[in-house]
Amino acid sequence: MEAVVFVFSLLDCCALIFLSVYFIITLSDLECDYINARSCCSKLNKWVIPELIGHTVVTVLMLVSLHWFIFLLNLPVATWNVYRFIMVPSGNMGVFDPTEIHNRGQLKSHMKEAMIKLGFHLLCFFMYLYSGSRCPG
Amino acid sequence: MSAPAGSPHPAASTRIPPKLGGAAVSGAAAGPGPAPHQQNGPAQNQMQVPPGYGLHPQNYNVPSGHYSQGPGKTTSLPLDSQSGGYYSGVYTIPTQNVVTPNTANQQSGAQQIYGRGPPAPHIVGSTPGYFQGAASSSSHLHTSASQPYSSFVNHYNSPAMYSANSPAVSQGFPSTCGHYAVSTVSNAAYPSVSYPSLPAGDPYGQQMFTSQNASTIRSVRENSFSGQNTAVSHPSPLPPPPSQQYHQQLSLSGYSPLSWSASGLPSTQDNLIRNHSGSLATANNNPNAVAESSSCPVMQTVQPPESSPVVSTVVSGASSARAPPTANHLVETVASVTQPSELLQQKGMQYGDYVNNQASSAPTPLSSTSDDEEEEEDEEAGVDSSSTTSSASPMPNSYDALEGGSYPDMLSSSASSPAPDPAPESDPAPAPVPAVPQPSKTTKPFGYGYPTLQPGYQNAAAPLSSGVQPSSPVYSGFQPYAQQYPGMNQLSSSFGGLSLQSSAQPESLRPVNLTQERNILPMTPVWAPVPNLNLDLKKLNCSPDSFRCTLTNIPQSQVLLNKAKLPLGLLLHPFRDLTQLPVITSNTIVRCRSCRTYINPFVSFIDQRRWKCNLCYRVNDVPEEFMYNPLTRSYGEPHKRPEVQNSTVEFIASSDYMLRPPQPAVYLFVLDVSHNAVEAGYLTILCQSLSENLDKLPGDSRTRIGFVTFDSTIHFYNLQEGLSQPQMLIVSDIDDVFLPTPDSLLVNLYESKELIKDLLNALPNMFINTRETHSALGPALQAAFKLMSPTGGRVSVFQTQLPSLGAGLLQSREDPNQRSSTKVVQHLGPATDFYKKLALDCSGQQTAVDLFLLSSQYSDLASLACMSKYSAGCIYYYPSFHYTHNPSQAEKLQKDLKRYLTRKIGFEAVMRIRCTKGLSMHTFHGNFFVRSTDLLSLANINPDAGFAVQLSIEESLTDTSLVCFQTALLYTSSKGERRIRVHTLCLPVVSSLADVYAGVDVQAAICLLANMAVDRSISSSLSDARDALVNAVVDSLSAYGSTVLNVQHSALIAPTSLKLFPLYVLALLKQKAFRTGTSTRLDDRVYAMCQIKCQPLVHLMKMIHPNLYRIDRLTDEGAIHVNDRVVPQPPLQKLSAEKLTREGAFLMDCGSAFYIWVGKSCDNNFIEDVLGYPNFASIPQKMAHLPELDTLSSERARSFVTWLRDSRPLSPILHVVKDESPAKTEFFQHLIEDRTEAAFSYYEFLLHIQQQICK
Repeated sequence: MEAVVFVFSLLDCCALIFLSVYFIITLSDLECDYINARSCCSKLNKWVIPELIGHTVVTVLMLVSLHWFIFLLNLPVATWNVYRFIMVPSGNMGVFDPTEIHNRGQLKSHMKEAMIKLGFHLLCFFMYLYSGSRCPG
Repeated sequence: MSAPAGSPHPAASTRIPPKLGGAAVSGAAAGPGPAPHQQNGPAQNQMQVPPGYGLHPQNYNVPSGHYSQGPGKTTSLPLDSQSGGYYSGVYTIPTQNVVTPNTANQQSGAQQIYGRGPPAPHIVGSTPGYFQGAASSSSHLHTSASQPYSSFVNHYNSPAMYSANSPAVSQGFPSTCGHYAVSTVSNAAYPSVSYPSLPAGDPYGQQMFTSQNASTIRSVRENSFSGQNTAVSHPSPLPPPPSQQYHQQLSLSGYSPLSWSASGLPSTQDNLIRNHSGSLATANNNPNAVAESSSCPVMQTVQPPESSPVVSTVVSGASSARAPPTANHLVETVASVTQPSELLQQKGMQYGDYVNNQASSAPTPLSSTSDDEEEEEDEEAGVDSSSTTSSASPMPNSYDALEGGSYPDMLSSSASSPAPDPAPESDPAPAPVPAVPQPSKTTKPFGYGYPTLQPGYQNAAAPLSSGVQPSSPVYSGFQPYAQQYPGMNQLSSSFGGLSLQSSAQPESLRPVNLTQERNILPMTPVWAPVPNLNLDLKKLNCSPDSFRCTLTNIPQSQVLLNKAKLPLGLLLHPFRDLTQLPVITSNTIVRCRSCRTYINPFVSFIDQRRWKCNLCYRVNDVPEEFMYNPLTRSYGEPHKRPEVQNSTVEFIASSDYMLRPPQPAVYLFVLDVSHNAVEAGYLTILCQSLSENLDKLPGDSRTRIGFVTFDSTIHFYNLQEGLSQPQMLIVSDIDDVFLPTPDSLLVNLYESKELIKDLLNALPNMFINTRETHSALGPALQAAFKLMSPTGGRVSVFQTQLPSLGAGLLQSREDPNQRSSTKVVQHLGPATDFYKKLALDCSGQQTAVDLFLLSSQYSDLASLACMSKYSAGCIYYYPSFHYTHNPSQAEKLQKDLKRYLTRKIGFEAVMRIRCTKGLSMHTFHGNFFVRSTDLLSLANINPDAGFAVQLSIEESLTDTSLVCFQTALLYTSSKGERRIRVHTLCLPVVSSLADVYAGVDVQAAICLLANMAVDRSISSSLSDARDALVNAVVDSLSAYGSTVLNVQHSALIAPTSLKLFPLYVLALLKQKAFRTGTSTRLDDRVYAMCQIKCQPLVHLMKMIHPNLYRIDRLTDEGAIHVNDRVVPQPPLQKLSAEKLTREGAFLMDCGSAFYIWVGKSCDNNFIEDVLGYPNFASIPQKMAHLPELDTLSSERARSFVTWLRDSRPLSPILHVVKDESPAKTEFFQHLIEDRTEAAFSYYEFLLHIQQQICK
């Protein structure tokens, strides 16, 4: 059972890592002018909810399987994801808004966020790997 | 990336948008380029080199002979010897002078260029030594500004005179000479860069004495040659005959080889001209040169767009209309690509006798359009690098004689403002001079005290004295900025001229005790501070009306900027109506090859063939065509081209700058005809105004127009030519809107004019009995979008209520009880993203949506405004509009419409703002969509749109003394021409905090802060924004107090440049947009915010801080004359009730409205003579006009009001407000220095700030 949980978490974490990388690539494309703000934002907004769900599932799973430490580790990031999603102003087109992404250094902060998440997911990845390999059966 | 352009289109999923990139981007697209060697091929402009060569092999061979020698270098040989002859023969001492600049050349670019600058120009580029020699001494003369150039000319033409003059020079500067002797040592330590102005001349002199350079002449010879060209800048008549002749010949052989072979070798200048025309003829006869291309270039571009709608309209019905046009456009683009060369050639020929097509393409293989990097050039840049650091070196070409003084100053003196130049400098002059009787050493601490000097002030002022008693410490300084001026100053003072610079500088730093200064507001309007540049650059600089920076002295690093706590940003008014604008037609638009900057007055010419970009410092080649000056018809003077003489120019762009043929002017009117709208009665006014101005709508023969009306259904009007009367088509399926007959809804204005007029006559009465109260704005906009997307254009939406049906419907969000709440103001942001998405779609299809909101109730402008905000439209709001009940609004609508319909318009525009390396832009304000980091996509641009940009300093600017900003606005004019309007602003860099404060442009800073505050209140909250505004004052004043004054004082001290800052911030806090506590309707507030975002600075300032004048005693004292009318100039009054007297009458200019307040016991003479009523009691409550009475005072008052009116695009409404009348609250709430129930008075506000600072 334990193993199943970690295998699932591992896969989910892989997906999240890929997603983070995708975010970083797309944002840096925008930074370098390869794509325009509109298409960049519509690309990214599509993946905001999958990311949210993916991460929430792992977090809940850890809670259910009573891995407290990992749960607490995941909790702030999951909360942040939810908070960010909820706090989008009604007039905006999603977490990434093409009309604002170039303003007030938003692009940079999105980039930073994606980087941090990537690091976090990598950390989690190895943690799940380690935990999974230690659990019996 | 290429200029105002470049990146792919935002939403251009299916269509090919106009190609915005220059050749750089299009380079790839230019695939078809090189192939066809026929003139018809697109090749010539797109891939400049091969076709040019391919076309005219014989031409190419001939010139190549010449060019292989390298005209410049060849020239230098004979001239060198020649000049050697000159100076050796005429005066010996100057010979050394001649030498020094050369050495300097290696040392510091800016210095050397400047020092040599003004005088050097005498020669056209090729006599290095001779004139440089003059430089070090004569530059003094030059900057004294009293010495006309012509005198120089004489000197040079007759050496005898020159030598006679040189003693005079030295007499003028005995002290200076002394200084040389004294400070030779310090000179060694003199930093090699960033002393662009006069003192630079002196070090040369010093070097002369140290004679390090005798041996360097030879080695530097070539270098000096190149350097010297940068300085070349005199009107052509002066240069010594030999060089000119040589050049003439050179040019002759260089660029009209065809005629050379045809008509033989001409020997005189007359022949030269003939020769040109001859070559023109040859060109035309040349089979390759496309004789028939000279027919009509426009026609060729016209055709494709004509065809496009046809194709697109084949597909009728629902939304599928877009795919086919795509293909069609592709074809068009290709088709048009095959023609440009003809167009270009023709444009070239417009120059008259200059045949640029062959010549320009042949000899310079690397013209600015090519993208590949040239190693060679980079090397050259490397060689230069020691001197290049100071970059953007002043190009001292200030010969006013050129082209009848066609000068940027003229631009600024257009209707909106009289030339502001003398303002800042005039009175302060006396202050510093007595204050610094002796050159005190610039020691740091200075006791604070009002009359005594502040450290910063002292620093700046001390050098001033150096003219009188030079002392070496002055030059050992650490403050390059402050020291730029002493030289100039000392000169001008010793010549008895008025010192402009130095005095302005300390004056702006003079500390003002705010709490003790009762009359902080000056009597005259506040002008933009003039950047602290040398005279030549100042003259060339962009008019502050178009381009302003919040800090006219750019701090050297972000650290310094942070210390100053001031906002750094630009305020732009790029498409302003200009009375004079140099328009340049040219084959190659000269641009930097790496950063795509347009050539501008602040680039430096390294030699005649190369120029250095002032933004990225890359060294570029001067294309052959650029060597010819169409204005003076002379050759070899690239620095005299209009592009280099004007900081605001407009280029006619070639097809490189299009992705599709220029679109026609297309106007679509989307009109609300629900019951509410009919009740308000705007249709009558609109239709009347439109039919009056139908002929004045900007456009050409392709102009198209269409109408859509909507209530709960959408009505289209078929106006196809041939119908007997307009046909109304009703689409009631608002969930899935389709176009009933897509091809006949937007019709040619001229072909269907009768039908359009019929419709306009019928429209006001058509819906008179409607009972439909719903408004399906969203679906109507979708329909409009579909209608416009094949072409792009302008959609004008008239809306009178909250949209209540279909997509984009809105709910009322305003709680009337919260209007005067001091706590939270909600709903400043949009309720839905529908309008934003729609706007972005529109923007992608080059369609702008302008919104006229004429509602009496809450209509959620916050949401509706999005449709204009992101599609680069504009927003007009007429609260409680009714055509009979509210005649002043009706009149305002009428006047606004007149302006709106007839003003200039640019289509499918993009704007790119570039700045010197090290600076970066991070936030933009205005109505547009930011497509990529520095590219603003503007579907339409109108002359009333302003923009703001926030800047940050990414890299330290220590190695440069000047920074430049350039905006390039690429647009399609209503005549279907692709044009680029370029503004360039140049500002000095400073390293001390005091200088940063000295250069604050308080108005610009306030406008930028207002923009930032709007963002803040939408993204965060209104109270946050208000706090931020107060903090801006507190921070900057406390930073000034603790760093510059260096004394902790209990008094509230501000530098003069910032003395109005607290007042303006208080005004902002009391502005409708940001005020709390006073009842403000949400729509009013949001509209004020929209205004702040998109108004240009001049108008925004009046909105923030109105002007108050007393008008019952107008006199002709100080009056100005405008169009043979005498306009009195009453002094400004501060906005306080204490200034209002019952005996007077006052005019308040709020930008969009005028109020005339008449006191209760106002002089009956005034009431009778000006207002036309016998006494106070008989003045009506609502009076909106000044009667035309035949009295002197009436005439004065009217001419004053008219003059104020003329200065702005939208005619303000006049309200005559009687003291006692209920309307006076409206007037009194603008008196921002007074206390209201909810807000501080000015004095209280100051105390509040003081408290905050002390905390």
